Amino acid sequence: MPLRAKVATSVSRTAAALSRAAGRGDGSVIGGWIGLKIDPDLLAHLANGRAIALVSGTNGKTTTTRLTTAAVGVLGPVATNSFGANMPTGHTSALAKAGDTPYAVLEVDEHYLPQVIDATNPRVVALLNLSRDQLDRAKEVAMMAQLWRSTLVQHPDIRIVANADDPMVVWAVTPPSARERPPLVTWFSAGQRWHDDSWVCPECGSSIERSGEQWWCVGCPLRRPQPHWLVEDDGVLDPTGAWHKISLQLPGRVNLGNAATALAVAAQFGVRPVDAVSRLGSVTSVAGRYAQVVRDGRNIRLLLAKNPASWLEAFDMADDAPTLLSINARDPDGADTSWLYDVDFAPLRGRQVLITGDRAYDLAVRLEINQVPFQHVRRFLDAVTAVPPGRLEVIANYTAFQDIRAELDRVN
Amino acid sequence: MSTESLRIVWIYPDLLSTYGDRGNLLILAHRARMRGMPVETLEVRSDQRLPTTADIYLVGGGEDGPQALGAQRLMADGGLHRAAAQGSVVFGVCAGYQLLGRSFFAKGTQCAGLDLLDLHSDRGASRAVGELAGDVDPRLAVPALTGFENHGGRTHLGPEVSPLARVTTGVGNDGVTEGAWRGKLLGTYSHGPALARNPALADLLLRWATGAGQLPPLDDSWPEKLRAERRAAVAARQ
Repeated sequence: MPLRAKVATSVSRTAAALSRAAGRGDGSVIGGWIGLKIDPDLLAHLANGRAIALVSGTNGKTTTTRLTTAAVGVLGPVATNSFGANMPTGHTSALAKAGDTPYAVLEVDEHYLPQVIDATNPRVVALLNLSRDQLDRAKEVAMMAQLWRSTLVQHPDIRIVANADDPMVVWAVTPPSARERPPLVTWFSAGQRWHDDSWVCPECGSSIERSGEQWWCVGCPLRRPQPHWLVEDDGVLDPTGAWHKISLQLPGRVNLGNAATALAVAAQFGVRPVDAVSRLGSVTSVAGRYAQVVRDGRNIRLLLAKNPASWLEAFDMADDAPTLLSINARDPDGADTSWLYDVDFAPLRGRQVLITGDRAYDLAVRLEINQVPFQHVRRFLDAVTAVPPGRLEVIANYTAFQDIRAELDRVN
Repeated sequence: MSTESLRIVWIYPDLLSTYGDRGNLLILAHRARMRGMPVETLEVRSDQRLPTTADIYLVGGGEDGPQALGAQRLMADGGLHRAAAQGSVVFGVCAGYQLLGRSFFAKGTQCAGLDLLDLHSDRGASRAVGELAGDVDPRLAVPALTGFENHGGRTHLGPEVSPLARVTTGVGNDGVTEGAWRGKLLGTYSHGPALARNPALADLLLRWATGAGQLPPLDDSWPEKLRAERRAAVAARQ
């Protein structure tokens, strides 16, 4: 490593440690920011010599990265950005902090995938899904798929692990012309509850039809590829046809899909699924997601839901129990709450529903129209006392989730 | 009203439903049912024929490609023109508002619109993203418009339409006026579920559709709290 990069790495680690010691955060961004100021190529220098997997998509990045890190850990130490800091500053911090590791698994914000691929020269890129998310500042879904597609075609040697159930992902992986060398793709099926961003073929504009798990374009050859890895019952079927029971501490079918993805990525490094499955079961919560805390006799479980697709998954995971919903619209959340109308809250009918957060009134209007009775509370702790002892499910979007996590002493 | 029940058509949700556009359909249906009106809602995909006898037609927002495709298919179908000529209500939002005009820009080229409203749209120097507010045309007798806008277009009104509102916050058509209306056709840049924050505008569309001079009042305390909160948030930033 060049001297400048060594200095930058050292300063970056010190800054991150200072940030944590000062209680200013988990240090996962500031260290990388300072390091990159000293050496703009620091991420490339830190990545050099490691076998790297990148994980990107709208939903499930943080959890899938955590599960993949556990699976690849069979082979040796793995560097990872486990706090969800998924832009180049976060990657730089994570690699600087980890020191020399043979492997790294990094979660990457969808928008930054091209530059992080350029900087880190990954062996594997996992592509989970694309759906509407914070459209006031994020790219629209078709534009994001186009960005991925034009990036991937320039890197035909990267192994791709991609979701066969998402037409936008499949299109992004398909080379724009038959002249291009087809990429090495391992397809997984993780299921997709959300279909509202893929009714129209991104290739030709015709309709996409669906029947069961199959989907196909009526106007061109784009269709669901045959997956190599898939969820079956409470386990995962691998490409050899062997079935592996998966016992996770994380709820919901969506996490079984994330586990299948993690095993598929780890297999690209030579990890056998039989060696990795027990490690997946050791993952309890991920940066507060799925964390359970007991407070005043209430067993509080935290579920993060940032966009329509992830709200549908959260309703699937949540128990039939009193439920607090909290919505903010600060910078990290996106300022626009329109997506509330893309979510059907009807599954909550019959449960005791409480609402809070900066934008609780947006939620109130939405629930009234959805005919879901609710009670508005000013503060998180008011919700805890408003429900009987037992399970309280908390579903919140990004900063609302962090606020509640802070009230619970930054539970992980 | 055309039949026993109020018929509301959501046009091309497969193309024109970028962010919460379903909300307007849900809100109109909810507010009609709360008044005891039977409601029938129809979601018409872009490969289906548009019925011509519904009472209200909703056209939502969309990305450039779907917007251009939606306009082409609506023109080929012809159903919306016939419905509008027969006096049906048409409510367009964002891309759906632009395509009711003579022309709009999508993917860098000028596209023909439906020419139901005397207006045309081009590209602005920058994207308009953020809170949108304005004082509504007094002839419509509804309180101030509040919404969220997210569009790259600028819209220029001809003499046959009136602006929906005078902008007090945000950009709207051009920084001065926002939206447009003529007869029972109305469009706005307040995107997505525009009616969530504007229940009086929802009731205006229902009155146009039913011919009712007045509708029984509803308990709008939650929408009113939301409006007040948004008004305060906008004022705090200015």
